Amino acid sequence: MAFYECTFVVRADMSKGDVQKLTDTLAKIVTDHKGTIVKNEYWGLRTLAYKINKMGKGHYTMFGLDCSAETLKELERQIGINEDIIRHLTVRVDKLDATPSVMLQQKSGDSYETTAASA
Amino acid sequence: MAFQQRSERPTGDRPQGDRPQGGDRAGAGGPGGRKVFFRRRKSCPLTGPNAPEVDYKDVKLLGRFISERGKILPSRITAVSAKKQRKLSQAIKRARNLALLPYVVQN
Repeated sequence: MAFYECTFVVRADMSKGDVQKLTDTLAKIVTDHKGTIVKNEYWGLRTLAYKINKMGKGHYTMFGLDCSAETLKELERQIGINEDIIRHLTVRVDKLDATPSVMLQQKSGDSYETTAASA
Repeated sequence: MAFQQRSERPTGDRPQGDRPQGGDRAGAGGPGGRKVFFRRRKSCPLTGPNAPEVDYKDVKLLGRFISERGKILPSRITAVSAKKQRKLSQAIKRARNLALLPYVVQN
């Protein structure tokens, strides 16, 4: 078992409830394959730094996972199939702690410009 | 007139290794003129006991190391150590992929 961080961006025209449902189905894939979800963070509706498919915003969600490579492969396959997910990134990390990531700690700003201005 | 003034200034006694863009050399060229200015090297902002960890999620931190155009700033400007610069460029590229940071800023 290894630790991974999986972040994905869902199209903005989906409602928060739909995003929650999608997150739950993805989480179920992991748990069904004997993986555990250490972290499940919803970063909110953020402004994208550049337009993707003419969309200016997206729902960001991040998973902290402790699972096997096969589980991750299945999760990534499902993410790839899903057309509501416009971007995703999985990174292997050495350790995962339960503290919320920087994205949740800095409340202000929904894009890089607003966070840079408040710095 | 301006050209004349420039030609009056002695240029022969400048140290060989002097860089023309040294911004803090305003007071140079005093008596002697041979004084070599050692600009103290700034220490790496990402190394040390309470330095922030480089992470693709920390948009606020990464934003400090990109130019107005969205390009990654060279470490000779930001004084980031080589090891951290590698980590930093990896993190910025990851953040760009997730549309947390721009690839390019127009106009």
